[in-house]
Amino acid sequence: MATTYDKIASTTLGSASSSITFSSIAATYTDLRVTFVGASTGGANLRLQLNADTGTNYSKTNLYGRGATADSARSTNFGPIYIADDGITSTPHFYAIDLFSYAGSTYKTFLWEGSEDNNGSGSVVRGVGLWRNTAAITSVILYDNGNTFNSGTTATLYGIKAA
Amino acid sequence: MATYTLISSNILSSSAASVTFSAIPATYTDLVLRCSSRDTQASVTDYYLNLNFNGDTATNYSITSIYNFGSAAASDRWTSQTNGYIYQDNSATATANTFANIEIYIPSYTVSQNKPYSSFGAPESNVANLSTRSVSAVAGLWRNTAAITSIVIAPPTSSFVSGSSFYLYGISNA
Repeated sequence: MATTYDKIASTTLGSASSSITFSSIAATYTDLRVTFVGASTGGANLRLQLNADTGTNYSKTNLYGRGATADSARSTNFGPIYIADDGITSTPHFYAIDLFSYAGSTYKTFLWEGSEDNNGSGSVVRGVGLWRNTAAITSVILYDNGNTFNSGTTATLYGIKAA
Repeated sequence: MATYTLISSNILSSSAASVTFSAIPATYTDLVLRCSSRDTQASVTDYYLNLNFNGDTATNYSITSIYNFGSAAASDRWTSQTNGYIYQDNSATATANTFANIEIYIPSYTVSQNKPYSSFGAPESNVANLSTRSVSAVAGLWRNTAAITSIVIAPPTSSFVSGSSFYLYGISNA
């Protein structure tokens, strides 16, 4: 039976860093999944950038729960989008992002989940995103503009094959 | 090494107060627990489940959730609990033969750090009841740095019905 769920690459930070990059992603899969689990003593907010595109070609709609409130937020014509609802703390937060038909020639859609509970603060997030670009996705950057992710933060890129 | 591997499964042939996965090997990176379950909690269409790691019953668990409450959205938060919570299982007054689909994702379960987890539950059962929670997501946290070696999932005051199924997978990034 063909393998349908492969690890493409994984990075565990050996020291604090403001970004993790997966590059030279081959077009041999159908979908991609990115997982991230990490902490930040500086309160970094996780953002997603595709093919190093910093233009306002991203949009997203997300649901979030913050304990006392449940709501939705939308950002249109935005730069690389925020996956996080709440800044990452010294408590590890978890995110998973599913990028569909990443090698196709249509605009790229993605879903994500975020688990940001800090025992008294934090959020739960579910979101949908769009990158208005027809190019195949060949790089994924998880980053924060000013803060760093702690040493030990891990991100993994998986490929899922339909064929 | 396969990336996504079945570690263990349990398909109930009779009712059970809980389901336990023990002796979980430390050979994977993440764990995924997929459930198709229903419980006997009386007088409600859906109810939460308790989640316990490594037999820890100290106040080391917390969650933040989002869910529908009938036609509205709501959120709640529970801090310093003696077990984690999963939202939401089908219960006694749900339409017959309906089982909730629940996925629980536990990343980096062997890493020496506090353990976040994520769950998504769908106990949809075609019941027009404004108190139902048909879709719910939970951000959970277990404040313990030990590797997870056992998981217990259980209805708090009832039992899983026969036919409920539970599959524990390991995901490797090695």
